Amino acid sequence: MSDATQTTRRTAADLAAALAAGETTSVALTQAHLDRIAEVDGSADAGVHAFLHVDAEGALAAAVASDERRAAGAPLHALDGVPVAVKDVLATTGLPTTCGSKILEGWIPPYDATVVRRLKDAGLPILGKTNMDEFAMGSSTEHSAYGPTRNPWDLERIPGGSGGGSAAAVAAFEAPLALGTDTGGSIRQPGAVTGTVGVKPTYGGVSRYGLVAMANSLDQVGPVTRTVLDAALLHELIGGHDPLDSTSVDQPVPGLVEAARQGATGDLSGLRVGVITELQGEGYQAGVLARFHESLELLTAAGAEVVEVSCPSFVHALATYYLVMPCEASSNLAKFDAMRYGLRVLPEGVDAPSAEQVMRATRDAGFGDEVKRRIILGTYALSSGYYDAYYGTAQRVRTLISRDFEAAFGRVDVLVSPTAPTTAFKLGEKLDDPLAMYLNDLATIPANLAGVPGISLPSGLADEDGLPAGFQVLAPAMADDRLYRVGAALEAALHDRWGGPLLDKVPALEGVAR
Amino acid sequence: MPEISRDEVAHLATLARIDLSDAELDHLAPQLSVILESVASISGVAGADVPPTSHPMPLTNVFREDVVVPGLTAEQALAMAPQAEEQRFAVPRILGDEQ
Repeated sequence: MSDATQTTRRTAADLAAALAAGETTSVALTQAHLDRIAEVDGSADAGVHAFLHVDAEGALAAAVASDERRAAGAPLHALDGVPVAVKDVLATTGLPTTCGSKILEGWIPPYDATVVRRLKDAGLPILGKTNMDEFAMGSSTEHSAYGPTRNPWDLERIPGGSGGGSAAAVAAFEAPLALGTDTGGSIRQPGAVTGTVGVKPTYGGVSRYGLVAMANSLDQVGPVTRTVLDAALLHELIGGHDPLDSTSVDQPVPGLVEAARQGATGDLSGLRVGVITELQGEGYQAGVLARFHESLELLTAAGAEVVEVSCPSFVHALATYYLVMPCEASSNLAKFDAMRYGLRVLPEGVDAPSAEQVMRATRDAGFGDEVKRRIILGTYALSSGYYDAYYGTAQRVRTLISRDFEAAFGRVDVLVSPTAPTTAFKLGEKLDDPLAMYLNDLATIPANLAGVPGISLPSGLADEDGLPAGFQVLAPAMADDRLYRVGAALEAALHDRWGGPLLDKVPALEGVAR
Repeated sequence: MPEISRDEVAHLATLARIDLSDAELDHLAPQLSVILESVASISGVAGADVPPTSHPMPLTNVFREDVVVPGLTAEQALAMAPQAEEQRFAVPRILGDEQ
């Protein structure tokens, strides 16, 4: 294994320690990751295709600045100099932000998202922008207008979605850290199918300023990493109150890194774990359930008390989500009107077209199938005469789902389930069956509807196909630290069982980009 | 059972300002019917006494200090405009022939 390859396999915490000890430089490890990207990322046609834009120049300039700060003895953030990848739905000055859509092709934002600002202020070189389903609508990254991302475990399979690019980049060792966004599972489900760690923070726990919204009441930015500790480090950096986001919660973020370190000792005595009755069984792949039950045994062995908890309204979560989300999305995407930024298409054969004609032609040419489906669905559900029957009903069922969480968290400290019902499916398999695609989010959606935090971490490989399965932990709002305590304990026990991280088994991928 | 016709999809597309082609209309109408049929399963699940949730973290009266902060310059705001003229967004005609 070459030095560069060894570098890219190290965790962010490990790289940060090596930088602090003076064993390496930010330039060296940023270059190692850029080399790895050149080796495996390829294009829409071949390779992992996790990135839509790679910013070698910007990343190296930030790395040089980091090394200079360190040499000057300035006080540094723990992750200063450790490179990161950013999902293309987050605004970045100087770098295109397309949201995986043709309607924003080449768009360069005039401001940074708050989370991006915090990365830059802490000195993390940004390697580039990662691929995603268009406007984060999808569970496979196949709805990207720029071609799909491929799963590093099997390049013929989906990397999950919508944040398949961030998850694949981290799983393929192209980046030690990445940012994702999670509206119905877009961080956690890609985490599950790529064998990586992904966290959806409490709603309001991380700023949404500069995140191109799909559904404002559901979207959250969160970390995508290879270990629980790395996720805690990144989450603490991006979390906390932001006056630029009126939905940002003005409370301190609980000690996440501390919780991860405490959990890693492996002692969960006194912890009550609730297995959600409704999120297992029918529709879940046997190998996914087998790994889930093994993880439960490990939690018990670590001293946790595992009980079954019923959340009866969760069976309605998927339907509720597919009403609430399109309603919010159709309103949000109205801003893409071809007037102030983005694509402008003139309708064919029309002299002096009106603004409305231009708008209609642009939105037809600029939006892909799934985006159109959701806009039309939302427009329907919000139309007069249907509003109460659809949107109104969904909002009331949303209350029932929140009440189920409240009741459950009265009995247990955390809730658990498999993250996704299956392992990664083949590219193209569900592309024209929207309902089958939506079922991937079955277990992740309840957390978004209620605003509670969730983590997915790898639970092992399913026997049927040798592909990663995910284990999900959910906690009450603002108790994100519990995710890290439980996640780190389970991760430590699983690493002991496997003799190392699961990603040690991922294919080397050398030369796949050619 | 909710059924959404091709004409209805065409009307919704007009409301949403998207020019859908005939092929797209043929494709979308049956797909939307299937999705709607599935999501309609929640009708009657929550009684009328259950209050709606529009937001998971109900925060009210979120204000900041009323102080002037720098915004985008005209150049920054117009930098990505499809068309700009005299420091303004240039747009297609906004009035119809009859007006």
